[in-house]
Amino acid sequence: MSKAQTASLILTPVKSVNISLVSSWLRNAALPLLGILIFLGLWAVLAKNIDTSLGKFPGPSDVLTQAQVLIEEHGEQRSKANAFYERQEQRNAARVAKDPSYSPTIRAFTGAPTFFDQIWTSLYTVTVGFLIASVIAVPLGILCGLSKASYAAINPLIQLLKPVSPLAWLPLVTMVVSAVYISDDPMFSKSFITSAVTVSLCCLWPTLINTAVGVSSIDSDLINVSKVLRLGPFSHVMKIVMPSSIPMIFTGLRLSLGIGWMVLIAAEMLAQNPGLGKFVWDEFQNGSSESLARIMVAVLTIGLIGFALDRLMLLLQKQVSWDKGAVLR
Amino acid sequence: MISAVCTTTLVGQGVSAQELGWPEKEELKFGFIKLTDMAPLAIAYEKGYFEDEGLYVTLEAQANWKVLLDRVIDGQLDGAHMLAGQPLGATIGYGTKADIITAFSMDLNGNAITVSNDIWQQMKPNIPKENGKPVHPIKADALKPVVDSYKKQGKAFKMGMVFPVSTHNYELRYWLAAGGIHPGYYGPNNDVKGLINADAQLSVTPPPQMPSTMEAGTIYGYCVGEPWNQQAVFKGIGVPVVTDYEIWKDNPEKVFGVNKAWAEANPNTHIRVVKAMIRAAIWLDEKDNANRPEAVQILAKSQYVGADAEVIGNSMTGTFEYEKGDKRSVPDFNVFFRHNATYPYYSDAIWYLTQMRRWGQISEQKSDDWYKNIAKQVYRPDIYAQAAKSLIAEGKANAADFPEFASESGFKKPQTHFIDNIVYDGSQPNAYLEKFEIGLKGDSKI
Repeated sequence: MSKAQTASLILTPVKSVNISLVSSWLRNAALPLLGILIFLGLWAVLAKNIDTSLGKFPGPSDVLTQAQVLIEEHGEQRSKANAFYERQEQRNAARVAKDPSYSPTIRAFTGAPTFFDQIWTSLYTVTVGFLIASVIAVPLGILCGLSKASYAAINPLIQLLKPVSPLAWLPLVTMVVSAVYISDDPMFSKSFITSAVTVSLCCLWPTLINTAVGVSSIDSDLINVSKVLRLGPFSHVMKIVMPSSIPMIFTGLRLSLGIGWMVLIAAEMLAQNPGLGKFVWDEFQNGSSESLARIMVAVLTIGLIGFALDRLMLLLQKQVSWDKGAVLR
Repeated sequence: MISAVCTTTLVGQGVSAQELGWPEKEELKFGFIKLTDMAPLAIAYEKGYFEDEGLYVTLEAQANWKVLLDRVIDGQLDGAHMLAGQPLGATIGYGTKADIITAFSMDLNGNAITVSNDIWQQMKPNIPKENGKPVHPIKADALKPVVDSYKKQGKAFKMGMVFPVSTHNYELRYWLAAGGIHPGYYGPNNDVKGLINADAQLSVTPPPQMPSTMEAGTIYGYCVGEPWNQQAVFKGIGVPVVTDYEIWKDNPEKVFGVNKAWAEANPNTHIRVVKAMIRAAIWLDEKDNANRPEAVQILAKSQYVGADAEVIGNSMTGTFEYEKGDKRSVPDFNVFFRHNATYPYYSDAIWYLTQMRRWGQISEQKSDDWYKNIAKQVYRPDIYAQAAKSLIAEGKANAADFPEFASESGFKKPQTHFIDNIVYDGSQPNAYLEKFEIGLKGDSKI
């Protein structure tokens, strides 16, 4: 054995450590970064070459500028709101002086919602819609998974209603909500209810189906354990069914939330209900030279929020799941 | 001394100096469409005129005229910037049946007819020129050969307007018919297409979508309010050929419409809303449009019209750009207060009704009295007068700027200044209809 060969033998383990470190660094940071950079580059180049009647398609820098403008507008609106409340107090005081029987109330700021207000509205709406859907879908899914009869009864309905587009539901939901939800002092606005119900109707299905499949495919050993221990139906569901079908349920919930978020934006655009969808539609209607860049800001925001929502569900799943070693992605 | 002056004006106006009560409803939501003529709403909000009346108003842009009307009917909106034909159409049950009233007319003029570049090139040889520029007003006579050639090739000549009962529909039809192009009749039983016998097929497109629809080639031209004609010029996709000021000088445009039941439940609120909007209209026309540049900046905000200030400014500050570079002065392109623009005249309402009859939306002959009765059901100068008198009493407006309320009949003198030189007398709607060559009249039916 030559000296060189010995040296290489000694060095090999060290090298392999380096390589695995480098490759993991590549995978986790450099490659995603590269992907983003290539995307930004392509975007910037392509944008320059698309001429719309509203000027050039916005590139990354235009979008960044508009994002800053949106933040500034938000600040301006906040200070306007403060002035509004001050004026209101003065007016209320003046009126009480004139008409002592009047009991003043503070009314909410009447200015136009900013981009950030719209984000908040959308998040709130999607959460409510998703929760309604989950509350219906998980128990119904468990029922379908446990009992072949109820699955046979419900399955045709699932298959029929699952592929219906939110745009088809919306007119029906709008009319029904307008007719049914009548109140002089409503707690929620009609537009909010319409959006939330539409979201629920569309994001019910993945959770329902996945829960049913998850529940019906529980390991037969576990079912035998339950039989041996003579567990009642409720403890059977809580101790055996739920824990073992959690991964499938969560897959369903994550799909549902993703769909719900997409549906919500579409519903807001179509029905002009407050939220990010309305922001996009308003900007499209404005047709100003900055509109496209502002829409692009909204598009990226919608994407980022969708991504964040998915990560949030994953985090929740890790908390709830009993199998901490399972690879979740 | 001052109080003496006040008393005399008050007596002159026949006002009992009764103070206006508190508003019944303080939080209000009004709808509008992204058009420069929504300005009185934006100004009344931004200048605090609503708040001065103790009203907390939210303004909300609506997707299209249909949605806006439906939301006023079902109570989601307390009131809205409306097409003058909408309260009238709803009251007579054309389209949706509902009782909508108006006590405030929002503006005069403000629309134009735009054609695509391609159509403009085909029209151009038919238009007389002076100093190298086309002579205005351009009549539809110049468009007729183009439409005829489309017809010969078996192609439909498609144009856009914003709503079946919109001013724009009637203006476009008026202009086309004056040039011998038949814009089509509406059949009985609520036909909302209006394509019977049509040389030019008119279809509905929401105002802000007009330029992009024309750009996509779905329509060859359109009639719409500002800034969507100037937008076509800026985008380089079309040429405005005629303004509505040239079709009918100082024609009534939008109104502020509310549900009749709402108005009856909230009389003080309604008067206060009208007060705030009259102040806004005064502000908009004050000192020879001196405030217009500021109004343009406000309208350019994304929550209002949102188009570039440059585009909005073109028409709002008294000029209008036809073919790119051909900028002409039209000082009254959009009038908000002078010439009694805000007063709801019965004769204005009746003109809309005559056009509904002319094009078959009213399918049967109606008596002159029927026209007057409908006008009186929908147009409410009594509410306007209370608002105006209250403003005068507070010293926020001059009595001289309003009609003489005690003696005002609500009918303007016979109006001339139409592009086809036909005279309109609102007190004789049937006789007026007889004057048109194209259009239903007498007992004719589709």
